Amino acid sequence: MTGPSHDSPVQDWRDDIYDLLSAAEVRQVAYVPDAGHTRLIQRCESDEAMRCVVLTTEEEGVAQMAGAWLGGQRGVLLMQSSGVGNCINMLSLIGNCRMPFVTLVTMRGEWGEFNPWQVAMGQATAAAFELSDVLVYRVDDPSDVAPTIDAALRLAFDANTAVAVLLSQRLIGRKDFAKD
Amino acid sequence: MSTGGNRLDRRAVVRTLLADRGDMLVVTGLGSATYDAAAAGDDDRNFYLWGAMGGGVMVGLGLALAQPDRPVAVITGDGEMLMGIGSLATVGVQAPANLSIIVLDNERYGETGMQKSATAHGVDLVAVARGCRIADCRLVETMAGAAGLAADMQRMAGTLFATVNISREDVARVLPTRDGVVLRSRFRAAVLGRSD
Repeated sequence: MTGPSHDSPVQDWRDDIYDLLSAAEVRQVAYVPDAGHTRLIQRCESDEAMRCVVLTTEEEGVAQMAGAWLGGQRGVLLMQSSGVGNCINMLSLIGNCRMPFVTLVTMRGEWGEFNPWQVAMGQATAAAFELSDVLVYRVDDPSDVAPTIDAALRLAFDANTAVAVLLSQRLIGRKDFAKD
Repeated sequence: MSTGGNRLDRRAVVRTLLADRGDMLVVTGLGSATYDAAAAGDDDRNFYLWGAMGGGVMVGLGLALAQPDRPVAVITGDGEMLMGIGSLATVGVQAPANLSIIVLDNERYGETGMQKSATAHGVDLVAVARGCRIADCRLVETMAGAAGLAADMQRMAGTLFATVNISREDVARVLPTRDGVVLRSRFRAAVLGRSD
């Protein structure tokens, strides 16, 4: 753990996430891209054991995760907070079938946001998941990323639970949006 | 999209597609496609959607990537396909050789009063699928064509997309279980040998 420096080429919390996904034998990584996920997506794409799937809309990834698990593979869905509302009806598939589900959500519309259009969904993200019976864990501090992701993966794949981890805008940092 | 040709009996088409299914895994879109697959013979390797409209193709993609050595078929209707139309682009990029997407097209929303769908107005799903780079895209208007499709679904020679023009005639509902946990547990037990 190297703290919040995003310039560093050495291991930071984004690499911790990749390492945990790899150790958990995640084989399908579905995403609608976000600047905050750039490095994680790059790490996953360079791993031949992971199939990365770029989606046209986030609910596709919810359905894909269901299919992956039916076929015996683990997957995670990466998205930005603005996509969470798109997923609500599709999450009924996960809930009705009591399937494991993990999504890692980079937050917009909160800490230091400059775009007012991001605020509505950003402020409703946790509530939208909770209405859909998805457990929500929020991370603000870099040192909490790895233990939270690890706990989410276990809760999902060992206990057949739907879990969302919100990576807060304060954690990701405003500067990254211009840079990544 | 109809070209004015023959409209086939949906139950006969689905029976033909599933008659010699071998190891094939089947995902059905909600509504009549689910009833058609159940009518052809309930099978633990059928995963019926009763909701999640627009998700059929993507459940099929996740399954096809996880089980690359078995044919995977998504059987759905035009309305369900239209709701998840973007997933054809997602599938086109991934190009799983073992995935077939079969759209039973009656140009209507059959569950809700037979309102016309976009395909009734000339929207061409085969052209959309082709534009999404899916390898083999075809329109099926004969039972011989359906039989050929069934054989090609077993070949796993590239992603396959077919629109099958089916009759608008009402057929009796055949309702499999709606319990999602039962459906997923029996599917995983049949495919993986474990239900959890």
